[in-house]
Amino acid sequence: MSRLLRRLAIAGVCALSLWTGAAQAQKQGGVLRITHRDNPPSASIHEEATISTDMPFMGVFNNLVVFAPDAKQNRLEAVVPELATSWAYSDGDRTLTFKLRDGVKWHDGKPFTAEDVKCTWDVVSGKVDGKMRKNPRKTWWFDIKDIVVDNPLQVTFHLYDPQPSFLVMLSGGFSPVYPCHVPAPQMRTHPIGTGPFKFVEFKQNESIRLERNKDYWKPGQPYLDGIEYSIIANRSTAVLALESGKFDMNITGELTPELVKDVQKEVPGMQCLVQPSNTQGNLLINRDRPPFDDAKIRRALVLSIDRKAFSDILSRGIYNIGGAMLAPPEGLWGWSKEFMATVPGYGADVEKSREEGRKIMASLGYSAEKPLQLKVSTRNIPDYRDAAVLLIDHLKNVYIQGELEPLDSAVWYARLLKKDYAVGMNVQGTGIDDPDVMFFENYTCGSERNYTAYCNKDLEVLFHKQSQMKDFEARKQIVWQIDKTLQEDGARPIVYQAQGGTCWWPHVKGLHLAVNSIYNHWRLDDAWLER
Amino acid sequence: MLTYLIRRLLLMIVTLFGVSVAIFLLLRIVPGNIADILFDSAGMIDPSEKQKIIADLGLDLPLPLQYWSWLNGVLHGELGFSYVSEKPVIDEILPRIPITARLAGLALVFAICAGVPLGVISAVKQNTKLDYALRVLSLSGLSMPSFWLGLLILMACVRWFGTIPIYDRAPASIWAWIAMLAIPAASVGFRSSALIMRLTRSSMLEILRQDFVRTAKSKGLSDNAVTYDHALRNALLPVITTIGVETAFLMGGLIVTETVFNIPGVARFLVEAIRWRDYPMVQNLVMFIAIVVVTVNLIVDLLYMLVDPRIRYSE
Repeated sequence: MSRLLRRLAIAGVCALSLWTGAAQAQKQGGVLRITHRDNPPSASIHEEATISTDMPFMGVFNNLVVFAPDAKQNRLEAVVPELATSWAYSDGDRTLTFKLRDGVKWHDGKPFTAEDVKCTWDVVSGKVDGKMRKNPRKTWWFDIKDIVVDNPLQVTFHLYDPQPSFLVMLSGGFSPVYPCHVPAPQMRTHPIGTGPFKFVEFKQNESIRLERNKDYWKPGQPYLDGIEYSIIANRSTAVLALESGKFDMNITGELTPELVKDVQKEVPGMQCLVQPSNTQGNLLINRDRPPFDDAKIRRALVLSIDRKAFSDILSRGIYNIGGAMLAPPEGLWGWSKEFMATVPGYGADVEKSREEGRKIMASLGYSAEKPLQLKVSTRNIPDYRDAAVLLIDHLKNVYIQGELEPLDSAVWYARLLKKDYAVGMNVQGTGIDDPDVMFFENYTCGSERNYTAYCNKDLEVLFHKQSQMKDFEARKQIVWQIDKTLQEDGARPIVYQAQGGTCWWPHVKGLHLAVNSIYNHWRLDDAWLER
Repeated sequence: MLTYLIRRLLLMIVTLFGVSVAIFLLLRIVPGNIADILFDSAGMIDPSEKQKIIADLGLDLPLPLQYWSWLNGVLHGELGFSYVSEKPVIDEILPRIPITARLAGLALVFAICAGVPLGVISAVKQNTKLDYALRVLSLSGLSMPSFWLGLLILMACVRWFGTIPIYDRAPASIWAWIAMLAIPAASVGFRSSALIMRLTRSSMLEILRQDFVRTAKSKGLSDNAVTYDHALRNALLPVITTIGVETAFLMGGLIVTETVFNIPGVARFLVEAIRWRDYPMVQNLVMFIAIVVVTVNLIVDLLYMLVDPRIRYSE
């Protein structure tokens, strides 16, 4: 009887909490205060590839389509219209037509039209020189043949081939629609968008301020009066400021899992989420420089890596282990555990892999007494350095003696470009959990983010094949095979997939974080403050 | 006196010219430039785009031409544009100067107000418990890194008062405003105060053993009169020199303090500008700091005359 009563009581509490939750109306007003980690290089999302720009400025813009804010996983099925009202495929999925929302205005009062859409993708696909300083995602749009403005409220993308991921890429935080009439230099310093928040001010190394766009096309939204990002370079200060209540939340993915524990211990009510940060630690092996032009040595190097040790040491076992694609359950395209066990170097028996590595090295004349000596180059940033130090330790197991070469950020990419390194430890983010993004951006011949200049024409055929496939499961099988080949070839061996934490006070409502991306949910037009 | 002043002013110009050449060359010797950093944030390098940026910013011009272009601009009040923000350098620097100046001024005031009296007390009460306590305090001030002290203060404020005295553009109350300025100033000024305290103590001890102090005492002057009117005035000369030198060193402490307390001043901004290889910003900021340091040193030299009338530079 008492058990029944207890169950009834619990059910009652649950029902009450659900009812009160549903009854909570969004409150208008208040400024959301967020700690930012560093000075964004510019305010132009299309010119940057960092969360430092993407998160604060995403609220200024809209996309044609977005991932539904409440979708926990960014995937094709979660794509919903934003500046587009609908879309339709034709011509064997080679033509994609968007009908556009009427009455939308840019923050400077000018009307939004199909010309703006054409203009944006003509520039980012590299067909037109838009005077941008950089265009980091040009490879995303390889499939665009032509963009035609049908009328002011309809635009058509003509693609070379069917590409299901095209919509996915249009939905990411890095794919806002830019105004045709605003020049690129202004977009870097004073961006104009159609989004829920208008740009007010960007003070270098100090703060970014956005205010409510009263003419936003979603009636009644946004709920916040504004958003203020304060740039706090010192992570300890930022955490203390968050704990003291001076800020409502921290920039996404910036807290380590250990720090998240500390924050929740200090402020028990704090809401936190640790999720994959879409950044991977990977190895850059200069395959043009002897002895790494020998595939056997590249293989031995890969066999030395104990990925679990990286995860255990760098994040107390929280980091995911996988290939290029984000591991499940958060990731859509990552290997299953069974498949992963078939990939060289990913087996449970690390010692066995290392033994194989030692045999390879011994066959090439190396031994414990006569190890291969090399420099492990990396950026002089803790995340990079820590991983490089671990790597050097692992390399010893296959007769490779590494010496750490920390490089200033200003030198790092210049050295990569000149291929002036032997082995590099790299940490790199990816905007969307999607094979087209990953493969075309990082592994196609000639891509600017293909740091090792890995080029496998046969594999590229498979890149295109999977890109055109509609059947998710069949496509996934090919993606797994590609990923396996990339790891076997030592194209850019993945060492770990990082996770990062985001914390916010309970009075911040309407935040929607996806489990497989930190880049795509910062429009914040439905966020509000319960204060 | 006038001859001395003119000579010093001419020397200042030569010094500043030397600084301008040094900073210009040093920045270009350091590997990497703004184009590299810009691509760092994009995670890629497109050689043609990089070349375009370099050409747009005039970084492909011969060094003497680049130097002349900058110097000519400075002489005409044109400081150029920041490579990063693409705004005029003057607009970026000007709002930050008062913030750092206020912090540096307060830190100096704290250092002098705490360092000189405590140094005197320590000397007068030599080898007493109070002297030992003050010496420990000064030693801790010299050995405690200011970033560690700053973080300790922040943690204590959050733990005990539930607030954090970091920079706030619109502080909630006058107390918040005072805390926001005073705590970082104390944090950065603590090291300087410790140095001044130790120097004042040793200088005072030396002076207190001089014949003229004994004479003053034998004349029947009170202890206070002997200590403050006679001994302290003479002991202050090396202290003033130290204060001048510390003003320059303060810049180093301010970089850390501005970072820990998140103060948007010139010092932190300079570090960021160096990291970005934002040449116009760094060159002009370093020149500004050089002018401040050289001017403070000139003022210190002139102060010697006020403190010790025996010093006459014209002779």
